Amino acid sequence: MTETAESNMGLSDNSTKNIFNPTDGAFLKVWNSMLESIAPLLLALIAGGLLLLVLGRNPVTFYGNIIKSGLLNKHGLQDTIIRMAPLLLMAAGLIVAFQASIWNIGGDGQFLLAAALTAGFGPMFMPVLPMWACFVTLFLIGMVAGALSTIVPAILKAKYEINEIISSLMMSFIGINFANLLIKGPFRSTKTLVPQTDVVPFTKLLPSIPLTRIHIGIFIALIFILVVYYVMKNTSLGLKLALLGQNPRAALHAGLNNQRLIIGAFMVSGAFMGLAGTVEILGVWGYMRADWNPNFGLPLFALVFLARLNALATIPLVGFYAVLSIGGHSAARVADLPDDFILIIVGLVLLFMALTEYIQEYRAGKSGKLLNFFRSLKGIKTNE
Amino acid sequence: MMNEQKVEDQGASRNDDSSTAMIPAVELINITKSFPGVLANDNISLSVWSGEVHCLLGENGAGKSTLMQVLSGMYQPDSGMIRVNGREVRINSPGEALELGMGMVYQHPTLVPVFSVIENLLLGSQKGITLDRQGALNRFEEYASLLGVEIDPESLVGSLALGQQQQVEIIKALWKGSSVLILDEPTSMLTPQGIEELKEVVAQLKKSGLAIIFISHKLQETLDMGDRISVLRRGKLAGSIEPAVFSSTANSEIQSMIIEMMFGEETDIAESVIKVERQTTGRSRESDLPEQPVLELKNVTVKGKLDEVGVKGASFSLRAGEVLGVAGVDGNGQRELAEAIAGQRRITAGDILLNGVVVSDVSIANRQHMGLRYITDDRLGEGICASLSVSKNMLLKRIGQRPFWNWGRTNEATIRKTAEGLVKEYDVRPPDVDIRCGGLSGGNIQKVLLARELLFDPKIAVYSKPTHGLDFKTTVIVREKIKSLAREKGVAGLLISTDLDEIFDLSDRIAVMYQGQIAGIVENQEGIEKKVGELMVGGT
Ligand SMILES: Nc1ncnc2c1ncn2[C@@H]1O[C@H](COP(=O)(O)OP(=O)(O)O)[C@@H](O)[C@H]1O
Ligand SMILES: [Mg+2]
Repeated sequence: MTETAESNMGLSDNSTKNIFNPTDGAFLKVWNSMLESIAPLLLALIAGGLLLLVLGRNPVTFYGNIIKSGLLNKHGLQDTIIRMAPLLLMAAGLIVAFQASIWNIGGDGQFLLAAALTAGFGPMFMPVLPMWACFVTLFLIGMVAGALSTIVPAILKAKYEINEIISSLMMSFIGINFANLLIKGPFRSTKTLVPQTDVVPFTKLLPSIPLTRIHIGIFIALIFILVVYYVMKNTSLGLKLALLGQNPRAALHAGLNNQRLIIGAFMVSGAFMGLAGTVEILGVWGYMRADWNPNFGLPLFALVFLARLNALATIPLVGFYAVLSIGGHSAARVADLPDDFILIIVGLVLLFMALTEYIQEYRAGKSGKLLNFFRSLKGIKTNE
Repeated sequence: MMNEQKVEDQGASRNDDSSTAMIPAVELINITKSFPGVLANDNISLSVWSGEVHCLLGENGAGKSTLMQVLSGMYQPDSGMIRVNGREVRINSPGEALELGMGMVYQHPTLVPVFSVIENLLLGSQKGITLDRQGALNRFEEYASLLGVEIDPESLVGSLALGQQQQVEIIKALWKGSSVLILDEPTSMLTPQGIEELKEVVAQLKKSGLAIIFISHKLQETLDMGDRISVLRRGKLAGSIEPAVFSSTANSEIQSMIIEMMFGEETDIAESVIKVERQTTGRSRESDLPEQPVLELKNVTVKGKLDEVGVKGASFSLRAGEVLGVAGVDGNGQRELAEAIAGQRRITAGDILLNGVVVSDVSIANRQHMGLRYITDDRLGEGICASLSVSKNMLLKRIGQRPFWNWGRTNEATIRKTAEGLVKEYDVRPPDVDIRCGGLSGGNIQKVLLARELLFDPKIAVYSKPTHGLDFKTTVIVREKIKSLAREKGVAGLLISTDLDEIFDLSDRIAVMYQGQIAGIVENQEGIEKKVGELMVGGT
């Protein structure tokens, strides 16, 4: 639901309905919401640039290198697109949850658990099952694993109104460690010294676009992004989730089954995270090492909020982030900076987003979703 | 020190004619105050004299509370001047207002219920570290005898009746030796008996020489109490009645003058709100009504949360075409009752029957399908979803149902068409179904709720404070709707309200709730007011 997501953020609709700012019109509205998504990005890049200057690096060279090796270089571009597949699937998962104001913080745990099961069962199934059956089974296993690892926070929230931020984070730690336990235990390969699973041979990974390394995961992801977009915008389920997310008491009053909706949305969100894990293993790696954790989840928060929970809008933003992280990897090496420097920029994006939203909120006298989220972390309720 | 001053001393100085008679105790001169998007007070001038009750009349949202909050230092005016005893002052905070002798009793209670009366009074007034409890008790007795009331200063505020709590609020406002007392809609929470007591207290205080500002949106009250009446309308001073005019003109004539001021051209609306016309008169309702009740409660018990009283063994039945009023002081279990009937709350004992079918375990949605409608009083909290459009809010209780959704797919055109029809039928303004519902005014939100609930063949409607906080015009529309639905469409109405005029106007029978129980059910007939008032405070 683009329109509700926007108004809930307290942004575009307000500036146009404000009596002190009587300008109206679709163009202005689109321009406003674009500005609100792009401004924090630009500010973060500028602040990151200043930081680079302080560290004695040339920001123009650094950003130039990012674009060169993440977008303009043939290998980099392929890596970027490959990276987008799990990111988009996880973004879809976040949107489903956030739309209902469910703060699924445990995406990484759900992702890793599914990845570990895929990497563990994959090499066992490949010799005995036809390839397509193998893929379907593994996708299902990944999705079910992701969904099931949300069930504790989901039920706690639905039945006992226990805050899911803490409980899903705890479940994430459990998921991460349980994945490691599986890899070091039952799934451990006997062929290697370092703890890891057996390897699915390259020929049996997800098929790729001819002449490239880009596996079909990106199409799976795009299809699900479209589905999520359509469901949120054009179906009763989307409206139910929006209503639940924006005024749970009104949802109850209207006769919705809030408990079922919460558990359902939470599990679907987890299923998307799990699917992302399966796709990443079957598309890129073929195996999983112990302690492997790409930490995809957290930076996605920023992107999904920047997209105002609009699934389509996450595509360019995830693309941007993929360029940043693929290109940033080598740019950081060239500049002799730690790999995590890119995470600083993501952190800055979040910060500036909160700041722009705060300014908007101040101007409009209304609360945005992101700020409510931060406040709920501190235990301060603002809506109601 | 202020606290030391004796009440009598002030009384004496106030009555000193030569110094006060010529100069008003308070003058508001050209006060303007705006909020974002609203001009709440537009160039208002008022004078208040000692020994006089100045009634400030105007409908909800006219700007009465805002004006008084300017006077009591809560708000700073955008422009204008305030004079106290002829001297120009700036009032920067409620504390300063109190120092200047301005005592304010707010529309909403401000006392701490778990503290005793005397502790509450000491709370706001103590300057030093030590509590002068005995001095305070003496002082309390002086005020109590001045007001002519009897309250034990050691009892907990929470255990007092609302009328008594208000008397304590008045004593608190006078505690520092105020010479001006501002009462903001003091009768809105009181029983008929409480209102009578309040009138006596006000008369006492007037005699002692206080200047009293009495705010109300009820015409009759101001006619009874006022020496001078000023009418606010949409932020402007619409007119005043001077004491000389007041005493030399017939009441009925004054009444029509005031109605003219309050409503301008729309005076016809006013008549119907002001006159309480009994629904039962001229109709032999009994014989019209079918035997079988559409709604029946048998010993329904609901456990209240935290500070709620819950419902304790409520039993009554409601037949098609009948309106049962539920009177009672707010917080005596009315909301719990309404939510239990709607299915939003579990009942712990007893049975609820719709059309003879036990529905105690039936879901909210299924009760809606059975023709039950609940018009909630928490319009913003649960009634609407503020961020969704008006059209979506109109169909909030039908999400997923045909013809608005086909196999889950939103049928935008049908939703729009239906919503536009309802917006037109109920005169929702602005007539735009695409705007955020939260942007509508209270009255228009109520119209959206009514339109939504009464769409498609309702059988039983639970109206929870249906006109609370609404402007006169919407009030009339809503009351007419409740009446016509019952009479013409046979919709049974359960009318929960704290507005007794409304209860007497619309009900066939009246149930009174007290402490979670149905204290009694009476036929709505001439002279029943006293009985209802007694039941409301636990009498028999
Ligand atoms: N703190 C506030 N912020 C914004 N608007 C307000 C505020 N207080 C009152 N208003 C608006 O000012 C107008 C007058 O309100 P109020 O003085 O409370 O009316 P009354 O007491 O006569 O019912 C209303 O339209 C109300 O919505
Ligand atoms: Mg008021």
